[in-house]
Amino acid sequence: MDYELDTTLTVNSVLVKRRVAARVHLIDFLREELGLTGSHIACEHGVCGACTVRVDGKIIRGCLMLAVQANGCNVDTIEGLSDSREIADLQRAFHEHNALQCGFCTPGMLMAAQDLVRRHPQATREEIRVHMSGNYCRCTGYQSIVDAVEEVLISRRGAKK
Amino acid sequence: MKAPAFAYAKPTSLEHALALLERHGDGAKLLAGGQSLIPTLNMRLSAPELLVDITGVSGLAGIKITGTVVRIGALTTHAEIECSPEIARHVPLLAQAVPHIAHAAIRNRGTLGGSIALADPAAEYPACAVALDATFVIAGKHGERRVKAREFFKALYETELRPGEVIVAAEFPAAGASERSAFLELARRHGDYAIVGLAAHARLTAGKLSDARFAFLGAGGTPVLAKNTAATVEGKLSTPDVVAVAQAALGSDIDPPADLYTSSTTKLHLARVLLARALVALAS
Repeated sequence: MDYELDTTLTVNSVLVKRRVAARVHLIDFLREELGLTGSHIACEHGVCGACTVRVDGKIIRGCLMLAVQANGCNVDTIEGLSDSREIADLQRAFHEHNALQCGFCTPGMLMAAQDLVRRHPQATREEIRVHMSGNYCRCTGYQSIVDAVEEVLISRRGAKK
Repeated sequence: MKAPAFAYAKPTSLEHALALLERHGDGAKLLAGGQSLIPTLNMRLSAPELLVDITGVSGLAGIKITGTVVRIGALTTHAEIECSPEIARHVPLLAQAVPHIAHAAIRNRGTLGGSIALADPAAEYPACAVALDATFVIAGKHGERRVKAREFFKALYETELRPGEVIVAAEFPAAGASERSAFLELARRHGDYAIVGLAAHARLTAGKLSDARFAFLGAGGTPVLAKNTAATVEGKLSTPDVVAVAQAALGSDIDPPADLYTSSTTKLHLARVLLARALVALAS
């Protein structure tokens, strides 16, 4: 029986090959094996959203996916999205609206927000709240986060015209 | 917390998956989307020797319509069901239910088959399957068998699934032009487990309801089909008087268990509120 498996995946456009224990979930792998500590780990049972990353273009809970399950997948973390400037406007809006205080939830918030902005450019304020409901913030009271996401939705819509 | 050590296998055929289950017996657990299993591993509520990841098995995903039957493969994700025009058109109850399942990041991985096999009493699909009289297709080493959803859910987390078996698909009857459905749920936070929820379906002819099914979730150890309640609305218009009679009858159908935050009495009250809303929605 295989307790460790050869695993090959692409993380932020870089090909990574490692031998990974089956019990290790994706976030521990990214943080401890690859040193990508932007994705945070908190509840470890899928409730808080701090570990949200993108696998093959879709957001997922990094604590609810085994690293070996990401074999052959494309993984994008907050470091990748930040370096590529894909979310530069979201980061600026979060800063300007004070949509973070301690910052612990912010990487997951930005991953979830970018998913909404990308897939539902027409989203309403209520739809922003529903979509972001999977991410906990214990500082802001959410209002400023919704404001920031709404501003980026409106500005990206304007930029397309 | 961190999961205990376990071995991992990813078979590419159903035969191989079934053989692994047979060889390892109780020590093996099936892994599909993992959105319920991995939390239990992380919390060390479960310690299997081997995870059999079936997401590489071909033929277990996708939506296919044959005549009046909509077959949904067990590995079809909540997100795929949510975005499917076929489901919106032919099984609207499921399309209405999916947005209530957890959050986008979880819907991208969680599967229909996983939810059915787990049989959480507060889950959405089991109640929909009971309301719509769906059939589950189950594979084992002796071949395939079919089990009606209404017979599948036996008690809290207890189902008709036998050791070594795998759910391969669920078959839903396609909704006819005169059929209406409504899915309603109350939760403390959007996407959390339901305090109580209702999967409702009925035929509507000249404003009158018939063949109504009200399957409640979070109201017992399994989805509960409120048959006495359904009988009170048969052939009736959805008037305030009819709604009041149905709400009164609901007390004879369900006796919801209290949870950490909500008493049994409150849950019954909330179930009656959802029933009234559903009766209005079905008739409009």
